[in-house]
Amino acid sequence: MSQIFHRRINAFARITLFGAAFLAAFAAWVFAELNESSYNTRAMQQREQPVPFSHQHHVGALGLDCRYCHTTVETSGFANIPPTKTCMNCHSQIWTTSPTLEPVRASFRTGASIRWTRVYDLPDFVYFNHSIHVSKGIGCESCHGRVDKMPLTWQENSLQMSWCLDCHRQPERFLRPRENITTMGYQPAGDQLETGRRLRREYNIQETRVLTSCSTCHR
Amino acid sequence: MSDKSNHSDLAAMRARLEASGHGRTYWRSLDDLARTPEFRDLVEREFPRLAIGWSEDESPVEGRRNFLKLMGASLALGGLAACTRQPTEHIMPYVRQPEELTPGRPLFYATATTLNGVANGVLAESHEGRPTKIEGNPEHPATLGACDAFSQASVLGLYDPDRLQAVAGEDDVKAWGDFFGILRTALAAQKLKGGAGLRILTETVTSPTMAAQLAEIARLYPQSKWHQWEPAGGHSARAAARLTFGAPVNTYYDLSKANVIVSLDADFLAQGAASLRYARQFAARRRVQGGQTAMNRLYVAEPMPTPTGTKADHRFSLRSTDIEEFAWALGTALGVANGPKTGDNGDIYQPVGAIARDLQRNRGASLVMAGECQPPIVHALAHVMNARLENVGKTVFYTDPIEANPVDQLASLEDLAGDLDGGSVELLLILGGNPAFNAPVELGMRDRLRKAALRVHLSLYDNETSELCQWRLPETHFLESWGDARAFDGTVTIQQPLIQPLYGGRSAVQILQMLTGSPDLSEYQIVKGYWASRHKGPDFETWWRRAVHDGVVAGSALPTRTAKIDGDAIREPAPKRKLEGKLEVLFRPDPTIYDGRFANNGWLQEMPKPITKLTWDNAAIMSPQTASRLGVYYQGLVAASQEVPMVELTYQGRTLRAPVFIQPGHAESSVTLHLGYGRTRGGRASTGVGFNPYGLRTGKAPWQDLGMAAKKISATYPIACTQDFHILDAGRHTIHAGDIEAYRKNPEGVHEGAETPPKELTLYPGWKYDGYAWGMAIDLNACMGCGACVVACQAENNIAVVGKDQVRRGRAMHWMRVDSYYKGLPDLPDGIYNQPVPCMHCENAPCELVCPVQATNHSAEGLNDMVYNRCVGTRYCSNNCPYKVRRFNFYEFSDNETPSLKLLHNPDVTVRSRGVMEKCTYCVQRINAAKMDAEKGNRKVADGDIQTACQATCPAEAIVFGNVNDPNSRVAKMKAEKSNYGLLADLNTRPRTTYLAALRNPNPEVES
Repeated sequence: MSQIFHRRINAFARITLFGAAFLAAFAAWVFAELNESSYNTRAMQQREQPVPFSHQHHVGALGLDCRYCHTTVETSGFANIPPTKTCMNCHSQIWTTSPTLEPVRASFRTGASIRWTRVYDLPDFVYFNHSIHVSKGIGCESCHGRVDKMPLTWQENSLQMSWCLDCHRQPERFLRPRENITTMGYQPAGDQLETGRRLRREYNIQETRVLTSCSTCHR
Repeated sequence: MSDKSNHSDLAAMRARLEASGHGRTYWRSLDDLARTPEFRDLVEREFPRLAIGWSEDESPVEGRRNFLKLMGASLALGGLAACTRQPTEHIMPYVRQPEELTPGRPLFYATATTLNGVANGVLAESHEGRPTKIEGNPEHPATLGACDAFSQASVLGLYDPDRLQAVAGEDDVKAWGDFFGILRTALAAQKLKGGAGLRILTETVTSPTMAAQLAEIARLYPQSKWHQWEPAGGHSARAAARLTFGAPVNTYYDLSKANVIVSLDADFLAQGAASLRYARQFAARRRVQGGQTAMNRLYVAEPMPTPTGTKADHRFSLRSTDIEEFAWALGTALGVANGPKTGDNGDIYQPVGAIARDLQRNRGASLVMAGECQPPIVHALAHVMNARLENVGKTVFYTDPIEANPVDQLASLEDLAGDLDGGSVELLLILGGNPAFNAPVELGMRDRLRKAALRVHLSLYDNETSELCQWRLPETHFLESWGDARAFDGTVTIQQPLIQPLYGGRSAVQILQMLTGSPDLSEYQIVKGYWASRHKGPDFETWWRRAVHDGVVAGSALPTRTAKIDGDAIREPAPKRKLEGKLEVLFRPDPTIYDGRFANNGWLQEMPKPITKLTWDNAAIMSPQTASRLGVYYQGLVAASQEVPMVELTYQGRTLRAPVFIQPGHAESSVTLHLGYGRTRGGRASTGVGFNPYGLRTGKAPWQDLGMAAKKISATYPIACTQDFHILDAGRHTIHAGDIEAYRKNPEGVHEGAETPPKELTLYPGWKYDGYAWGMAIDLNACMGCGACVVACQAENNIAVVGKDQVRRGRAMHWMRVDSYYKGLPDLPDGIYNQPVPCMHCENAPCELVCPVQATNHSAEGLNDMVYNRCVGTRYCSNNCPYKVRRFNFYEFSDNETPSLKLLHNPDVTVRSRGVMEKCTYCVQRINAAKMDAEKGNRKVADGDIQTACQATCPAEAIVFGNVNDPNSRVAKMKAEKSNYGLLADLNTRPRTTYLAALRNPNPEVES
């Protein structure tokens, strides 16, 4: 029986085999890139809100402390979105006729909540707790970025697990003194790692093994 | 099984057991004991009957083919579908945030659940206004911080989508205003004739506010009548008080001072108004820890094994009607009664002498209790014996009645029936209850109720009684309304609402107010107004706030009183009634759905009933010999198919068909029927399950009678019994038990015959736990198997209900189960032992090694973590778990669609979906919360900061959780006890959950 394929075909076969390996690698690379891209993570995308609230103005220009509005950040897992009443503390006095603020006034009038769009949205199987991070020296900025420079708020980081673990594996890289928690644009006085190690001891931060146990965040 | 082999099976098994020295020491079921092939098959399979097809009507081959097709498709489609981005979510903050509320942190409010009108003080956990969990109120005398299954499941009752959701009148949806119009017209007519046609039917009322309202109504409508009916209420105790003391007297006990307790069919550890308190006091007197080796002693005479019976040092399996004879014999031996000294029943007369001597040795520190289902004379004998034993004022206390009007409820209902026949009832207000379903059968309430001209039913559900009423009014759940109620000792709790009525319901208090002089008051104004009118002293507002906050009105317990025994109360025993070849019938409230009121509660329906482990059904429960005699003895059936034979029961001319359930330890020639099943209306879960013993139950013999006949019929019935599921590897020594005398001499003796943990088998150095090392110890000596932990775990951890069919396939999702083991012969076991089994959190966990995707891992604190989002559902882990504690979501069991049920979920725990393995986490959400609170305060977690859900609810304090690295923690001390042991320790799994051996304190004078 004669050969079905000519010897020249062998070259095609080799190219195909090599090509398949490269193709698979390329596909994996595309998938990984897509997975980490801001298209998937929605990082760096501004979200439309019922009221175009500007952190840049309130934090950057007016200098409000984060905790004036996000009151429960030190006591609860959830850093609350301020109730309409908090907005009206000031806006019953200033910008009282601004059309942009009408939804706020309407909410206060009718008792219906303002429907904000969630910017930082973790999957439901992740249990993040603000209060413990804040009390252990993780600044707002570390996760939320320079909100004082955000006219409309966006998600600064990917919120993927590898990003969480960057810090849980080596918290000293990000720790700052508690008094600087809400500081925007914080710069460590000396070497960050050195300060971080000192703070890790001072704040009794748990060992990495505990911080990276599954049940620390998933339950 | 073939019919003719029935009888010989039992005899053959008995013969074999006797020949082999009683066979295995501990066994789970008759199938286990007989080692039937069906049972062995079940042991070998992780999930029984897995391959019998996709659905019931498919052949196995077809099913497998479909399964593979669908699996292939779902792999492809599911993989693609997983590639989505997070959906956009919204946050809706408060407009004006309540001052005390921190979003993300739960608040606890004191209130009370009621059963038969009597309060159990609880704390309800609220997440941003949603009640999600019930805990006991540590300051309440009846609960002392514990909680029963009924209270635990009440949150599901609140969100039940089957609740009556709108006012229905004249077969149409109406508004409350329409009803009030009708009511006002009817009342105006009644006013003219002094209320001669007005009847109010309630359940037992202890509420002082309602009592005041009813008193006012009686003043305004002098001819009106108030009736009460409660099918499983304290009829006997009330009748006994009138018989013994000539007055209504309330009785309660202090078990902390009792060295010797005799229970005459009293399941005081699991049923009754103060059972949580009694269980705690009882268990405290049996805690053999820290060098303390004194134990109280419990004698129990009962027909059907109960949680109390499992704790007995001597359990006498007697027919309920024989317990009266037992009480007479004991009274006679104590010299207080004039009964026969001997009789033909050796089970009764042989031990009473020794028991009497034991009681007399402990004068003032002993206790005789009569069960609610026993006739008044047994209660009277108990009262007289306690008086003679000088227990009154020490272990027994009398107060005025806690009920607003302690009438004879049967007479009250008969009176109403008479009036209905007479045609004099023009307006009948039925507030709660379900008399059409649960009234004595001879009253024929279904037909009689129709004779009232205008019938109104206020009810949580549209049930059998609502069906007969022109007006059906949605009632508020106790978590939605203001109210008040008295506990077993009279202590008042102000009930406060945690949520607005979900379905616009109103409470009985509000409806009654419509009949009074000031109908427009709000519920809050009524309750508060009543207490303001009663308040003496200057500052009512402070008093009120304190009372509501504490959940206990200070000083409201009724003062104890003396009760003079009427010399004529007990004269001589009635002539003994004979069986005459027939059977004894017992009507008992169901351990999980009670008198039927909880029938629509999936958690309670699916909770395996103590001892029998039946779910979703009741049955004609009988002993192996009785079943054998009736020709319905079965073997291998429960293990193989859960299809059991049925019998037709005939009692006083009425018949009932029921499946047979064989219960080792049940009294001979006696059949227990649990009430509450066989509902025809009242919600999806309640209807179509079980059969209805109310159809046999008469007012004359509400609890037991002789003269029932039973005959086998050809039909079979599928039951869902979990007793044979999750069997630990056959023949292992899972229960360590012993007598206290032997334990004092040689504590190691309790572990005799057990597998010993091997020396280190590993080449690797041991894992070091530097910080916390969480562990649990379960005291089998305290556990009575009530099952409250199972429901508490379900409520805390968002565990799904799977339904009867799935339970039959061994797929119930409970993270915690309570195994029952029997010891000795099948007819009359020497002992019944309970063993709660949560995840063992093994240090060398077999499940972790086999997970291909690392979805189950060991935490740095020794927890065996389960990561749902990684799990792909291979089920290797559960195949490799020797303790069988892992549960797999074969379907989308969690209800994520029904709006009201979404409110039920604990926000701190993931709601699992299909294809995911799950198991006990040691309530890791509670661990993390406590750890974070401690760390924010820069301190270590203190012992007792973390209570797992099962631990918090356990009335006997059998479960202790904590840091085993801290030698001063309670759990570490328990683990250091000599009686401590690990389950299947020889597998070298090194479980973090360990057990303390069960100890008994038998009386050497009583031959067992």
